[in-house]
Amino acid sequence: MPVDQSFRGRSFPPTRPYEVGREKIREFADAINDPNPVYRDRAAAQALGYPDVIAPPTFAIVLTLPAGGEVIRDPEFGLDYSRVVHGEQRFVHHRPILAGDLLQVVVTVEDIRIAAGNELITNRAELMTVAGEQVCTAYSVIVGRGTAS
Amino acid sequence: MSGPFTVGEELPAQEFPVVRADLVRYAGASGDFNPIHWNERFAKDVGLPDVIAHGMFTMATAVRVVTDWAGDPGAVVEYSVRFTRPVVVPDPEGATIAVSGTVRAVREDGAAEVDLTATVDGSTVLAKARALVRPRAGSGA
Repeated sequence: MPVDQSFRGRSFPPTRPYEVGREKIREFADAINDPNPVYRDRAAAQALGYPDVIAPPTFAIVLTLPAGGEVIRDPEFGLDYSRVVHGEQRFVHHRPILAGDLLQVVVTVEDIRIAAGNELITNRAELMTVAGEQVCTAYSVIVGRGTAS
Repeated sequence: MSGPFTVGEELPAQEFPVVRADLVRYAGASGDFNPIHWNERFAKDVGLPDVIAHGMFTMATAVRVVTDWAGDPGAVVEYSVRFTRPVVVPDPEGATIAVSGTVRAVREDGAAEVDLTATVDGSTVLAKARALVRPRAGSGA
């Protein structure tokens, strides 16, 4: 069953603030097998000009996956979640995510397209500090396999 | 390595082994507990050959070639991929993701557009894998 096209352009309320922890960054870096000290050691990060440890380039997914998941699991949206695969992902970093950041995510359904019987849904997730500083924009294309009809 | 960057420059290629335990750990760290990434029975029930890696694990792994080369992972200002083929991770042998990269273009502001290639057993697993790397201040770019 196709999704509700009226969701195109819709933005969702900001997520509950998420505090980026130094140990969470380390855990994520460990999980991607990346030993880079800039993810673990404040002095190493400061040597590169950062006030604290920074997060790896794909860390934002920790915040955007649940935020986007809420949208695609919304029963009113009508997407069969069991048929969903991740098609594309893009991150635009306005600055690196830092330990200590207090971040909120606003998800917007940017586009819904149909291709070969699949639905391609592009979500844009804006990560910003609670003070309103833009940190990262993450675009996800999720594919509903065979959900267009 | 901090620039100025040169068009055609090849980034040092790397190979990254991945086993089932890596996926369990990534599931925990990322919060993506989809059972296709750790439960063989479930993966096969939904028509996959075996457990597959999280696309985001593969994406995170591939950019290592860029962050290790750039020196400063914070210099990666944009990074995008298309997931074309799942990385099948059989137990216990696992899989190996081979990643290489080339500077495709250098922008006027000195930023490098890097194209990445990620393969498993010679088959491409990511398409349009691209990173934009800003030059370090004072690099002369």
